[in-house]
Amino acid sequence: MKIEIQDLQARIGDIEILKGVNLTLKSGEIHALMGPNGSGKSTLSNVIFGNETYEVTGGKILVDGEDILEMETHERARLGLFLAFQYPVEIPGVTVGRFLKRAAEIRFEGQKDRMKSFVKQLRANMDYMDINQQFINRYLNEGFSGGEKKRMEILQMLMLEPQFAILDETDSGLDIDALKIVAQGVNKLRTETEFGALVITHYQRILDHIKPDYVHIMYQGRIVTSGGGDLVSQLEEHGYDWVKKQHGIQEEEKNEHAASRT
Amino acid sequence: MSTPQVALEDYKYGFHYEDKSVFKTRKGLDEQVVRDISNAKKEPEWMLEYRLRALQAFNSKPMPSWGADLSDINFDEIYYYAKPTEEQARTWEDLPADIKETYDRLGIPEAEQKFLSGVGAQYDSEVVYHSIKEEVSRLGVLFLSPEQAIEQYPEIVKKYFGTIIPYNDNKFAALNTAVWSGGSFVYIPKGVRVDVPLQAYFRINSASFGQFERTLIIADEGSFVHYVEGCTAPVYTRDSLHSAVVEIIALEGARVRYSTIQNWSSDVYNLVTKRAVAHKNATVEWVDGNLGSKRTMKYPAVYLMGEGAHGEVLSIAFAGKGQEQDSGGKIVHAASNTTSTITSKSISKAGGTATYRGHIKVEEGVENVRSKVECDALLIDGESTTNTYPYMDIKSDDVAIEHEATVSKISDDQIFYLMSRGMSEDEAAGMIVNGFLDPLVKQLPMEYAVELNRLIELEMEGSVG
Repeated sequence: MKIEIQDLQARIGDIEILKGVNLTLKSGEIHALMGPNGSGKSTLSNVIFGNETYEVTGGKILVDGEDILEMETHERARLGLFLAFQYPVEIPGVTVGRFLKRAAEIRFEGQKDRMKSFVKQLRANMDYMDINQQFINRYLNEGFSGGEKKRMEILQMLMLEPQFAILDETDSGLDIDALKIVAQGVNKLRTETEFGALVITHYQRILDHIKPDYVHIMYQGRIVTSGGGDLVSQLEEHGYDWVKKQHGIQEEEKNEHAASRT
Repeated sequence: MSTPQVALEDYKYGFHYEDKSVFKTRKGLDEQVVRDISNAKKEPEWMLEYRLRALQAFNSKPMPSWGADLSDINFDEIYYYAKPTEEQARTWEDLPADIKETYDRLGIPEAEQKFLSGVGAQYDSEVVYHSIKEEVSRLGVLFLSPEQAIEQYPEIVKKYFGTIIPYNDNKFAALNTAVWSGGSFVYIPKGVRVDVPLQAYFRINSASFGQFERTLIIADEGSFVHYVEGCTAPVYTRDSLHSAVVEIIALEGARVRYSTIQNWSSDVYNLVTKRAVAHKNATVEWVDGNLGSKRTMKYPAVYLMGEGAHGEVLSIAFAGKGQEQDSGGKIVHAASNTTSTITSKSISKAGGTATYRGHIKVEEGVENVRSKVECDALLIDGESTTNTYPYMDIKSDDVAIEHEATVSKISDDQIFYLMSRGMSEDEAAGMIVNGFLDPLVKQLPMEYAVELNRLIELEMEGSVG
């Protein structure tokens, strides 16, 4: 799968958040997207999935050459895209098992054999993610701890085997053990399937466990620099000020600081 | 997100056949109409007198000043009695083709074979088919139309009829008592457990029609019965009225479960009085599902009259376009060491209004009472309404009462989340609605939960992709 984001602009209400994002992502590649709060990272992931809270005002998102901006969220998902949410919502009364079974039926429609081994696979993946089997009968995300919710997102990802996933700050709020488990899940798909991911994060930590092929830094609604894995350590060392200086964007900050911090 | 289309409008039972009544009273209601009904039934004089007294009460009582909007009911435009056949049939094949076909389409004969102990099928005013399984009737269980019961067991009927809900209880109970026709009479002897439910099925076929069935259930000491009731009607442009009275007597140690799923068409006013008394150590449970009708006012009640009695109401309401479901429950703790629960779940969509109206009463001098009321409302969209009126009337100190109420709205975030996993918007909304009902559906007996799930799926059809 190839995702080409071209000059993407989006806003929420009157506030412009994405101001021309260009990014090309492919299955088989792991991209890290870093940047300070309010730089537009989460907006980008929501816009890729067609969240109607955001209005796209310009640009394109092509998946294997086809513009998906007119597609509904579920149609985008059915292409093989997956979003691990920053804040997974609770769905009372819907058990993890029932929900995941339905999601898998949709994902693997027409592959009957695939659903035959669903329960077995679910149990194996739960073990892999260190999630108690009893969670199968719990209501989705209801009463889960922050870490449990994040692991549940990755469990879903393992079960649905997307061609490309976006992990929206999946690492935030996780302790080191949970972080390793999450990384382990990503690395499993990475080695076993034709899988790519965009890992959105503030911290280097998770990137020690999921080695990115590419790193992008977002600032004020644009990707301001891209590079290989070594960009992470430079950023860690010098901070975002260094990025700003490198790219001469300090003047712009004065004017748009307020607007971008939403 | 745009508004999810959880379609409640797709009514599957709106068909009708030509009105071929063998006898019908003229439109409107007066003393002569009541006499004509009584005469058609060849019933004893005492019943006619009782009807006439009730008619007076109906005429003198004002319309309820609270609850659903009933201002459009025109009592002069309604037919109060229509007799569909000369005789009650013992087999489905003996019914006129139209009527048999109606019940076939509703799946009643099939259900009878699969999971019922007995069936009563009412078509307009009369019970046209009645059956009880041999092994159940051998235990001494009586399951008849009330007319047959008056003829065959007048002493039992006289002893209990109108004792739980008097003829002048409220305007619509008075109306029912004046013009009642059909319904069920059930008697379960001491210690007898009827493990497989009895079912009554109420069908309106005529237009501008009033159906006024009357149900009396007596569960003798230590017995058990589950009675199930279903209701549907054709879709007409003129309104119909369904105004039933249901009286239940659970004697010492008995347990009665009464389950209704009313799925009346959207032009039926459904104004029903349901009340039970539970004597010492007896249990009465109402499962009350209100899916259809234009307006419903119905608050199944349990009067806990003996120590150790337990009352329970499980109420489920769907209020769709143009619908007002005003439902809930009432429990009266008139004895010590009694317990009760009311659980209500309502769903409002497309401008519908669901109102929970509950009443917990604890009489003076009564000790050690526990009651729990939980009402949850789900709004599918911003144009729909939900109300909660939990009245409490507590005259004793030795009482533990819990009350919880929640209102939730299907959030855009929930829909977006489920859609990001490949579900269409409608399917996502359907999944959330089912999830909302799940804790309640779990409490239902298996065969009933299956039935309810099937109905909910029907209700959601066209929206659940």
